[in-house]
Amino acid sequence: MVDAVAVQLDVAVRRQFRGGPLITGSFEMPVERPQVTVLFGPSGSGKTTLLRCVAGLERPDDGRVAYGDDVWSDTATGQWVPPQRRRIGFLDQDYALFPRRTVTGNVAFGLRRLSAQQQRSRVAELLERFGLTDLAARRPGQLSGGQRQRVALARALAPNPRLLMLDEPLSALDAPTRRSLRTELRSLLMRTGVPSLLVTHDRAEALALGDRMMVVIDGRIVQTGSVEQVFGRPANQKVAAAVGVENVLSGRITERRDGLAAIDVGGCRLVAVDSGTEDSDVLACFRAEEVLLRLADSQVGESARNHLPATVIDLARDGPLFRVSLDCGFQMSALVTVPARDEMSLRPGSQVVAVLKAPSIHLVPRPTEGRRDPAALAPGSPD
Amino acid sequence: MDWQAIALTLRLAAMTTVILLLVGTPLAYWLAFSRRRWKVAVEAIVALPLVLPPTVLGFYTLLAIGPRSPVGRGYEALTGGILPFSFEGLLIGSVLFSLPFAVQPMMVAFGAVDRRLIEASWMLGEGRLSTFFRTVAPMSRSGVFIAAVLAFAHTLGEFGVVLMLGGNIAGETRTVSVSIYDSVQALDYQTAGRTSLLLLAVSFTVLVLTYTFKQRSGAPWLMQ
Repeated sequence: MVDAVAVQLDVAVRRQFRGGPLITGSFEMPVERPQVTVLFGPSGSGKTTLLRCVAGLERPDDGRVAYGDDVWSDTATGQWVPPQRRRIGFLDQDYALFPRRTVTGNVAFGLRRLSAQQQRSRVAELLERFGLTDLAARRPGQLSGGQRQRVALARALAPNPRLLMLDEPLSALDAPTRRSLRTELRSLLMRTGVPSLLVTHDRAEALALGDRMMVVIDGRIVQTGSVEQVFGRPANQKVAAAVGVENVLSGRITERRDGLAAIDVGGCRLVAVDSGTEDSDVLACFRAEEVLLRLADSQVGESARNHLPATVIDLARDGPLFRVSLDCGFQMSALVTVPARDEMSLRPGSQVVAVLKAPSIHLVPRPTEGRRDPAALAPGSPD
Repeated sequence: MDWQAIALTLRLAAMTTVILLLVGTPLAYWLAFSRRRWKVAVEAIVALPLVLPPTVLGFYTLLAIGPRSPVGRGYEALTGGILPFSFEGLLIGSVLFSLPFAVQPMMVAFGAVDRRLIEASWMLGEGRLSTFFRTVAPMSRSGVFIAAVLAFAHTLGEFGVVLMLGGNIAGETRTVSVSIYDSVQALDYQTAGRTSLLLLAVSFTVLVLTYTFKQRSGAPWLMQ
């Protein structure tokens, strides 16, 4: 496929359910390389509807979906390609395996047009690739969640789709399995050779699985970019809250100089890279892992612009790390490793200095309503 | 006993069941999956025979298939016969009368099939028809079976519609239930009793067989 013009999936659709919110989406997705594009957003934001419109399981009220030169649906011309003929591999959140068919039967389901011999070799090849050969005769009820996911992937890939779609692929699993399968799924997706469009509301999943990311909020795509771009530079307050930048502080720009901006946050001064926003009311966003902690009495010179005397309020285990809640006139959180906590003997009441580089702070213009309590923006557990 | 009436009734019930499975399956599928608003009206029409007196249903059917109706005239032009007071007319009445008994169990069974499995089949390239035969139908076997049994058993016992549409012509439209009525009218309680007992025994046996069958293979059906 050596075209002068990049082959891409073009989507611009509008769908409204009776009594439901309006969902609109327009995006392009390059489909030449096996990249993973994540449609990320809170539950109910409309990402699954967008996915179903692209798959052809939902008819858009308005709009157009095209894969390269193939128009899949266009309300202006009345064109409509049924889902059967779009050649999309679709992975439902519960995998939707046929319960009375064996693993082999499930994987072979979409291969009816092949000869029996071709079917057998294709199924064998896929079972081998997904490590399912020993489970070939089992039924879905006799499989673990992770095995089911692999069967569903093998089944979806069997008819050689040109696009793979995954709707919350890890949500059917329990938390420990989910964590371990994230990395596995990423490497499986990389090896499919097919571009994937993946829907999730879980930011850890988005981070772990995605190359590119589109954030859907209230039925609209509000930001598109690489995963790092979106997480590190949320376009607005809603994206920041959705992607879970842990520290979102309300402040006011008091001074701008040399490309830096000084922000007053609850009486404390922070220095950030000036984003060039016209508003002086801003939200300063930074992630907990960007915050460095130093004991209050040590004197070490460094380049960071922000040194905030703080008191430890609380320490909470977060996987292999500790999440430290700090009071420095306002509340913020930092992440430290276990050895760091032990060396510094951090405990509630410890006096520390929180160190933060100016480029780590991302300034988001504050919404004009200005009603929201910044504390309410601090992300809880996803959903 | 009126063996002629018994044979005729069995033939009527069997043919009614076959027709209902052919007509009722697509209707039940449509009712189970359509999102049209006026679907409820169709649902209500299908269920009407459950609440309408058989005489009313018979009366309207008589009008609809009578020699002056378009249906009646068309039939006469094609075959030279008339529908009322014939076996064919009776068959039409039976199909209408037992429609809900066939459609409703199938509708429930189709509707219980997880929609995501149907969509999974579509996304794997299978059309609607092959999705029905490969996925929906195998998972709804018990519903289809129950629909067939109920349609059959219900036709065995129909009386009002038969009287209105078929009258009482031996070998053509006299069914078991009409035969029993005749016997009672003639004060021949012995014949009426024997025929009634037979009908009771057949109905009971059919239902016991159904429930046994359902129980024995119930688990896989329920688990789809």
